[in-house]
Amino acid sequence: MTLLKRALAQLCTTAITLFGVAIVVFFVVRVVPGNPIAMMLPPGASAEDISRLEALYGLDKSILHQFVIWLGGAVQGDLGTSITTRQPVLELVLSRLPATLELSMMALVIAVAIGGVLALTGTRMRGTRVEGAIDVGNGMALSVPDFLWGLVLILAFGVLWPIFHISGRASPTLDFEFATKFYLFESVLRLRFDVWLDLVSHMFMPALALAIPLAAIIAQLLKQSLKETMHLDYVTLARTKGYGENSVILREALPNAILPTLTLVGVQFTFLIGGTVIIERLFSYEGLGNMAIDAVINRDLPLIQGIVILFALIFTAVNLVVDLSYAALNPRLRHG
Amino acid sequence: MTPFLQISNLNVTLGQTHPILRSVDLTLSEGETRGLVGESGAGKSMIGKAILGTLPSALRVRSGEIVLDGEDLQRLADKDRRRVIGAKAALIPQDPLTALNPSKRIGVQITNRLVDILGWRRKAAEARAIELLDEVHIPNPDRVMRAYPHELSGGMRQRILIAAAFAAEPKLIIADEPTTALDVTAQKQVLKLIHEMQQRHGTSLLFVTHDLGVVSKICQSLTVLYSGLVLESTGVDEFFATPRHAYSRALLQATPKYTDPDASLTPVPDPVIEATQREVQMFDRKQAHV
Repeated sequence: MTLLKRALAQLCTTAITLFGVAIVVFFVVRVVPGNPIAMMLPPGASAEDISRLEALYGLDKSILHQFVIWLGGAVQGDLGTSITTRQPVLELVLSRLPATLELSMMALVIAVAIGGVLALTGTRMRGTRVEGAIDVGNGMALSVPDFLWGLVLILAFGVLWPIFHISGRASPTLDFEFATKFYLFESVLRLRFDVWLDLVSHMFMPALALAIPLAAIIAQLLKQSLKETMHLDYVTLARTKGYGENSVILREALPNAILPTLTLVGVQFTFLIGGTVIIERLFSYEGLGNMAIDAVINRDLPLIQGIVILFALIFTAVNLVVDLSYAALNPRLRHG
Repeated sequence: MTPFLQISNLNVTLGQTHPILRSVDLTLSEGETRGLVGESGAGKSMIGKAILGTLPSALRVRSGEIVLDGEDLQRLADKDRRRVIGAKAALIPQDPLTALNPSKRIGVQITNRLVDILGWRRKAAEARAIELLDEVHIPNPDRVMRAYPHELSGGMRQRILIAAAFAAEPKLIIADEPTTALDVTAQKQVLKLIHEMQQRHGTSLLFVTHDLGVVSKICQSLTVLYSGLVLESTGVDEFFATPRHAYSRALLQATPKYTDPDASLTPVPDPVIEATQREVQMFDRKQAHV
């Protein structure tokens, strides 16, 4: 399949996925008890007031009619207006998206770094106590969910030994005008490493909490496939050429052993993004996830829909990136 | 002439005590081809692995010497030993389908020993690789250098592995049943090619096989192994004329003859196997008393 055909096919799948997600979200949020009008008006508001507000937000029409109106706007890039803030939903979610992207990317980098180092060390030291210790550590990391790791980290590095900030995205006292919402990237591009350090000391703990379970999964799977690869004939052949253990692992085994791990990281990364919802709440980090919880509490239907659609879009994008990098790393798929 | 490879009293065990190789002695002169025969599990591949330092991690060299071109391999530090082996010896592996790294281009897999271990310049190593591919009759060597293993046939890959083995002009090549995974026609071509390359480069060849027919065609000498014990080590002509050991005689009778392909074959008879097993037990008992 040519690249163009592949891209088109991917685009179609994405469109269908998003449409499905839109239907489900739209109807689910309207079936769940509680409605936005009741949240906006004081108790004892007259029926007249209620129906006037309902008409204002289009909630008096049938659900199907509402959906058609919303979908018509959505395909043109108009996701409606937030009920609580009266701002366009698109503007709101896009203002929070960079924060969540930066947090998940940082978590991914931490997870790959920790997981990769552990997998390589475990393979190098296979059969020794070091490998045993890594296995035990992995088991512990996996049996505790990310939000509990968040609490543990807050206790450890926020309270007992306070070296990191436990809430927010940047210090309020920070004297710096950001031109974009990508604070971390911007601080690097503008070479303001003092700002970068402040941002990182805010992001590090939530990112680490998200990264720990993923790091354990990477360590376990990559170590397993590295160990299997180490028995293959081409690795033995490389040994007879004079390569030592380290070069054999890094040059011969790793490029092949990494493929199954890559697929899994793609899947797990979407879970990680899902995890940002609670982690951002826990660390009062102003991202999409935190906004999602507020939107649900206030029954801000258009905003919930917008956030979910955006998350769905991120998930499909992640899968696309995994597919493409898989093809780039595996020569057997390149001409397929 | 001093032998180029001299193995003396080599003992390899599984775990602490279970013997895999029993006081193996083996010599190989420069340019000599020695067949290493025995049934499955006799330990013939293990001798090659012990020389190349690729024994499975559960196996240990307990005692003995492996002297390769004047260097006692067991006495060298790991790093030096790897270098000596990389420079002076090479392996032609059994299965061409699994012995090439699927994610690396052919060119790199031939040149990496030269560049990474022996410090050649990349350009020189690539020129050498193309020359070798030409020697093993691969058409369009330039194109093949850039190909990945999955784009080539099994026969091509085996020829590439042979070319790669000769890259650093090694003095010793260990061929570990290099034709077992191939079909009959390819087997014949590959054998001819190994023989041709060995003659041209003057390399010593240790040919691990269970096929006595192959041995009679390309080897000058052979060593018969049973359960890790050397039963007989002799010249090929001598062996086929008057095999000394009962097991060797039985083995010969179990091999089809090219002169009389229709003659019925006799499997190695049970009494011979039992006698050989007793010999192994007696050897172990003698060892225990030493």
